[in-house]
Amino acid sequence: MTSSAPQLVEMLRKMILIREFDELAIKLRTGGRIYGAVHPYVGQEAVAVGVCANLTHADRVTSTHRGHGHCIAKGADVKRMMAELFGRVDGYCKGRGGSMHIADFAVGMLGANGIVGGGLPIATGAALAAQLEGKGNVAVCFFGDGAVAEGEFHEALNISSVWKLPIVFVCENNQYAANNAVAVQHPFSDVAVHAASYGLPGLTIDGNDVLAVCEAARTAVERARRSEGPSLIECKTYRWYFHAMRNAPPPETRPAAEIAQWKERDPIARLAADLIAQRLLTESDLGGLQRQVQADLQEAVAFAEASPYPDPGDILVDMFAASTVGTLSPPSPSP
Amino acid sequence: MREISFTQALDEAVAEEMRRDARVITLGTDFTGNPVKEFGSARVRFTPISESVLTGMGLGVAACGFRPIVNWRMVTFSFVAMDQIVNQASKVRYMFGGQADFPVTYRCSTGGGMGLAAQHSQSPYSMWMHLAGLKIILPATPADAKGLLKSAIRDNNPVVSFECSRLNTVVGPVPDGDHMVPLGAAEVKRAGTDVTVVGLAYYVQEALAVADELAGQGISVEVIDPRTLVPLDVETIRASVRKTGRLVIVDEAPPTCSAASEIAALVVEDAATFRALRAAVQRVCAASVPVPYSPTLEKAALPDRARIIAAIRLVLDTQ
Repeated sequence: MTSSAPQLVEMLRKMILIREFDELAIKLRTGGRIYGAVHPYVGQEAVAVGVCANLTHADRVTSTHRGHGHCIAKGADVKRMMAELFGRVDGYCKGRGGSMHIADFAVGMLGANGIVGGGLPIATGAALAAQLEGKGNVAVCFFGDGAVAEGEFHEALNISSVWKLPIVFVCENNQYAANNAVAVQHPFSDVAVHAASYGLPGLTIDGNDVLAVCEAARTAVERARRSEGPSLIECKTYRWYFHAMRNAPPPETRPAAEIAQWKERDPIARLAADLIAQRLLTESDLGGLQRQVQADLQEAVAFAEASPYPDPGDILVDMFAASTVGTLSPPSPSP
Repeated sequence: MREISFTQALDEAVAEEMRRDARVITLGTDFTGNPVKEFGSARVRFTPISESVLTGMGLGVAACGFRPIVNWRMVTFSFVAMDQIVNQASKVRYMFGGQADFPVTYRCSTGGGMGLAAQHSQSPYSMWMHLAGLKIILPATPADAKGLLKSAIRDNNPVVSFECSRLNTVVGPVPDGDHMVPLGAAEVKRAGTDVTVVGLAYYVQEALAVADELAGQGISVEVIDPRTLVPLDVETIRASVRKTGRLVIVDEAPPTCSAASEIAALVVEDAATFRALRAAVQRVCAASVPVPYSPTLEKAALPDRARIIAAIRLVLDTQ
């Protein structure tokens, strides 16, 4: 592991921010202050943070319905994310998208997606763009174990391998596709075995170990940057909460012992303990990080609540791009 | 003026736009001629048969600044990519708050009359009209095919180009140079005073033939070609109906929730146009069946000149 101490602490801070953002989102939704559906990422934070630690804003990612973690890890601003949850004009999508459709194209976050598998083709297109640009940028596609049963997964792996596209497929195997366990969905417990069918490297790793995720992603991203083609990384992880909530969290249907077992492997507690053991962080520093995250989230809620609701008169704005003629300006694709 | 076929016109449009802008790339399972020779294998991509991933890749690469043309071949195959068309292409710009443009052109052949039976004889443009978020072109002549496809490629939105199979070999004049036809502009293909016939694609040509025939009998038919279904130039159609007082709409899609339905509704919703009507609006569409294979059945399923003439005589009350 070659990450520096400040990088490791920043990874810890982002993981805490992701967790607390979603804990807060559950409270806000239960309290009726935000709308629609919430899919908490709590428990899976190491995947988004470990992967995105290897990316710049010029690298592009696509996300899922459980997308808040990917947004924060990629560098999105929690104030504008929160404003989107509140349905306000200062949200990333001006209140048009909500929780399931947050995007921040400026940081290379090409959108959360309400359709299981829906982001795979879009990420593959972003990888084609990176290949044509020839600047060594990559695309990363986050998706769950459920998406592995979708045709789009297989189409995307196939064409990416044929064209040696610079893309990393990151499967967050959180053990359940909606409410059905992996064993009900797939003949293999390790979905990374599918990589072999398409002639690309496939790896199954501990998705609750942010350092292991970071290391595996680094290898795959560097391979992609060298134009050597795509990789599939399966990160074994677990969501601590329900698949989705609307007005109230639904009743838990998974075994209590299973949940407790996975909570023992809390990715945040593990990294914090490691850093403290290595004297890269003190208990006091950790408390400071947690207080800073809470302050940032309070500021985000205040920002969201101060932002106006969209004007109904603007309902048609942004339906179509105003410009109907493309310009001739660069960039042109590299040969 | 130079005369070329509908297919040649479409090929010219793609080649000219690829020459004009290095960001235009094309993805498909097959190409006319050898475009790889001129544009290289990076920009001309032979693909696996994977409509879903190709449709979504068009969005992803477009969001990153390129201008892809994704060729579904037959519109039939686009249904394999339903998620990417319905949930993604038609919605991503708006639901992301207009953060990015998605300048992608989806090309497909459409229509029946070729003996290809149910799955390969479809005209489902109204399904895509219904989505909101996709522009749709439906040319009827070689000149419009070239000019509209060039506009589609330059448009900063997802555009679906429906290219009627029965028009492929139709030859017509195409202006030299950078011939563009704007999206959202209908054309009066033939001026007349007694009845307005709105034809779509192949049925523009059939309506013109009928207009010729009826002119000899003293009936003056105005033929309008919408050319693009989204955006739809309804004002040109309404203006014609206010003049003639009669409207017949001809298309080879079945009538239910069709482009013909939409045109009829838009015409009668306008009070001034409604008051000008002197007869009930008529739609001449395909039978509501999967298009059958046998020539006698296929002919019965699709509109023909006799049915167009019957509808015109009905609105003129001269049966």
